[in-house]
Amino acid sequence: MADFKSIALLLTILLPAGAGTLLVFMPRSQTMAIKSLAALAGALTLALTIVIFAMYDYGEGGYQFVNAWRWLDDPMNIDFSVGIDGISAPMVLLTGIVMFAGALVSWNVGPRSKDFFVLFMFLVAGVFGVFVVRDLFFLFFFYELAVLPMFPLIGIWGSSTNFGNFLRTKEYGAMKLTLYLVAGSVLVWIGIIALYVAASDFLGDGATAQAGFSLELLETLGEDGAFSRNFQLLFFPFFMVGFGVLAGLWPFHTWSPDGHVAAPTAVSMVHAGVLMKLGAYGIIRVGMTLLPEGAEAWMPVLIGLGTVNVIYGAISALSQRDLKYVVGYSSVSHMGLVLMGIATLHPLGLGGAVLQMFSHGIMTALFFAVVGIIYEKTHTRDITVLGGLSKRMGLTVTFFAVAGLTSLGLPGLSGFVAEVLIFMGAFQEYWYLAVLGVVGAAITAVYILRLLARAFFGPMDEKWEHLSDGGRIEMGAAAMLVFILIFVGVWPLPLMDVINTGVAELLSRFPGV
Amino acid sequence: MTDNLHLLLPEFLLASLALVVLGVDLFLPANRKHLLAWLSVAGLIGLLVLALVMLWDKDLSLYGGLVKTDAYSLLFKAFFYVLGGVVILASLDFVKKHLRSPGEFYAIVLFAVLGMSVMAASVELLTAYIALELMSFSFYIMVAYGRNNPKSNEAGIKYILIGAFSSAILLYGVSLLYGAVGVTRYDEIAAALTTAMANADAVSPTLWVGLALVLVGLGFKVAAVPFHMWAPDTYEGAPLPVTAFLSVGSKVAAFALLLRLFGEAFMPTIDQWQLLVAVLAAITMILGNVVAIAQRNMKRLLAYSSVGHVGFMLLGIAALSHIGAESLILYMIGYAVTSMAVFTALIAFFNVTGRDDISDLGGLADSHPFLAAAMAIGLFSLGGLPFFAGFTIKFYLFTAAATQGLLWLSGVAMLSSLISLYYYLMVVRQMYIEPAPAWAMEEAEDGESSAYDEPAAVGKPSALIVTVLAALTLGVIFVGIYPFPLLEAIKAATGALLG
Repeated sequence: MADFKSIALLLTILLPAGAGTLLVFMPRSQTMAIKSLAALAGALTLALTIVIFAMYDYGEGGYQFVNAWRWLDDPMNIDFSVGIDGISAPMVLLTGIVMFAGALVSWNVGPRSKDFFVLFMFLVAGVFGVFVVRDLFFLFFFYELAVLPMFPLIGIWGSSTNFGNFLRTKEYGAMKLTLYLVAGSVLVWIGIIALYVAASDFLGDGATAQAGFSLELLETLGEDGAFSRNFQLLFFPFFMVGFGVLAGLWPFHTWSPDGHVAAPTAVSMVHAGVLMKLGAYGIIRVGMTLLPEGAEAWMPVLIGLGTVNVIYGAISALSQRDLKYVVGYSSVSHMGLVLMGIATLHPLGLGGAVLQMFSHGIMTALFFAVVGIIYEKTHTRDITVLGGLSKRMGLTVTFFAVAGLTSLGLPGLSGFVAEVLIFMGAFQEYWYLAVLGVVGAAITAVYILRLLARAFFGPMDEKWEHLSDGGRIEMGAAAMLVFILIFVGVWPLPLMDVINTGVAELLSRFPGV
Repeated sequence: MTDNLHLLLPEFLLASLALVVLGVDLFLPANRKHLLAWLSVAGLIGLLVLALVMLWDKDLSLYGGLVKTDAYSLLFKAFFYVLGGVVILASLDFVKKHLRSPGEFYAIVLFAVLGMSVMAASVELLTAYIALELMSFSFYIMVAYGRNNPKSNEAGIKYILIGAFSSAILLYGVSLLYGAVGVTRYDEIAAALTTAMANADAVSPTLWVGLALVLVGLGFKVAAVPFHMWAPDTYEGAPLPVTAFLSVGSKVAAFALLLRLFGEAFMPTIDQWQLLVAVLAAITMILGNVVAIAQRNMKRLLAYSSVGHVGFMLLGIAALSHIGAESLILYMIGYAVTSMAVFTALIAFFNVTGRDDISDLGGLADSHPFLAAAMAIGLFSLGGLPFFAGFTIKFYLFTAAATQGLLWLSGVAMLSSLISLYYYLMVVRQMYIEPAPAWAMEEAEDGESSAYDEPAAVGKPSALIVTVLAALTLGVIFVGIYPFPLLEAIKAATGALLG
């Protein structure tokens, strides 16, 4: 078993990347074989992530499944080192689930399905990479690798939205998303290089230890005082804003609705479900772990912006007519809750934030999957045109309702647990912002219930007479996500046990809190 | 001193090879001229093996200290031999179809390779200058090789005039330097500068003017802003394989010279010129990348993009140190492989369509999926995205610059890299998202292929160029994910340079 533990995390990257490479060499016309291989890779990866999560020993805590391979020697000292802790373990599981569901709902992706799955597999490999590596170089490597396939994925298989008086093309969405995310990564990049330079200056010439990009090394150096207070105050915002762009941090969130709406279903699922979590994860893993003093000083700003996210996203969602835009803006709103939770620096709030990352990932994936099914059937996402769908697509609408109720925080579903924890954390630190956050959650209830009433219930238009539920494979994927939402809502303990070990270790770096 | 002249055997043999190619050309019928290309390539491979066997682990200077055979020279010698071979193979179809007198063409490529490898090996100002001129003259001829094409002629004239002008500036700078320190060998210049810096007030301004003029002269050669205005026209007018060779070979060679010159001769005065080079680098990368956005022709786009990359390479000069030199050499190699891949894809496209505007690339992903994929990989790499060479080399270079106190310049470089990603993505968008242009649709309707409903140009690139392209693409990925062996060689070269 020790052998499996030492390569398990590498496998999470190699399985999708290997499947992607294999797909490159498959003939284009064999669409059935291509789809089956992609689904098989998804299933294997999901099984692997479940095993990894189950084997993570939360009693012991800390980094597990650790291994390292040297990549470059002096002076860079870059290791391909892997390991997961209580914060990344749930994220790995989340990625496995969403990837499998995404591969399934892409069953009818349309032309050039081979290219689609190749890019999709590399996208997922990049996401796994970010969650499992412990070296800043490779963290950044995989972070950018996860951004790269988005442009063709959205540009080729995406869809444009007609607003009547203007058109939001898929090319626009693809370009906006890519440039925003790469611009954010430039800030992260500057921050990473600054860390390296500060570390090597601290060690000086002729020191026995050498500077490098390893998180472990930088943590130790940080405890020894390599990063002065002023340095931390200056560079924490680089990570906060740089990663924050990907997390949908207001006011850098505008790529998110446009990009997610333009993207094809599976890509929206992975992107809103998992990639936005990379941003929040980056703030935690790099910013807060390495620069605790800077983080502490900047947290009031982050929680303020997070609150704006919650309210602004919810109000924007309220005024959308396009089903996918509603979901897109609700993501912005919910990521605000994650950011608020992180910024509380309180065990409850942080634990809630990580749980919310998981819960929101599943929920958004379900949202986009169901919207994809509806769009495939009706060829419209306009709420005012849809109506009474529940009479013909009962199961689909039920799934949507579950996602919606999770989103507004109905007890018994996973979103409730996470939001309660976040608000409890926030009330201890900033009660007035927590009140605003609760108001935001209330607005969520308004737009979700209004949406359900308009689009799915009420009198049915005659033209929807012929509709039926989605295909068995898509519906199966959605059902799996529904099951997880309910499971975590009813019994969050297995997840919370793991999350709490990670959060406790992180907070031990903040003596003042 | 003269008893080790045999160490120059690869150079002598390379010159002979070029002459042999010229001679054999006389006796070959027109339809068999392509054998000359294979002869040149076989010769280059033989020379590569010879050089590696003979010069491995040697560190000697020849001709009274004019030329050195060390790890640095050997690395670049090997690099230019390989590059020459790749250029010849990539241009074979093109030359057959579009150019007259292929014999001379291949011979001139070989002469240029000779000039480049001596540029990296020379450790004396005038020797370096002569090698530079050998390369430049070869390029003057090659740029104007499309004799019936007015654009090629215009490009040739522009390049010769600007080239002669910049050579004159360079020579003037060399003469001023000689006037100030009285020597021309790099190690003697360094010694003289060290002595002079001990008493900084007494340093003659002639020295600084000379140094600046040398930088300006070489700035013209590498097309650094504000000395870049010849580049877009020349790139656009020159035959495509020449453009590729010019943008890769001449830049790497000029930077090999610059690095040796600044590393071995001017290092003692780094505090005086660092800021100058840094500012030059900053404006070069910003202007090159911003202006590239407005281009409609692929060659012009690549011309401005290469100006931007020159800015990044100047960053390596400004950060001159062990880590700086290492990262610069890695950058040159990674850039060369990537850039050649993009150009080879473009040559293959031009061979089947005769077009090279960005709008012509529409629908390429459907008509030629491999070409589109290879070009997209190359462009992503140029834009600095991971899994490909561009990411690794940029990360290394920008980190190196930051350790030398140039974090601000690294930040500027990252921003320009972001700008460059925009126009690279526009090309990718054209290939993958936009439909085929009108002319391709018409051709498809006229041609036989209408039955197969192929949207873009008919015809397939030759197996040879596809093979070359596949090899280059693998190279791009290799440098991107496993640069370790390359860095070992580079470390040896840097060790020879900076001790």
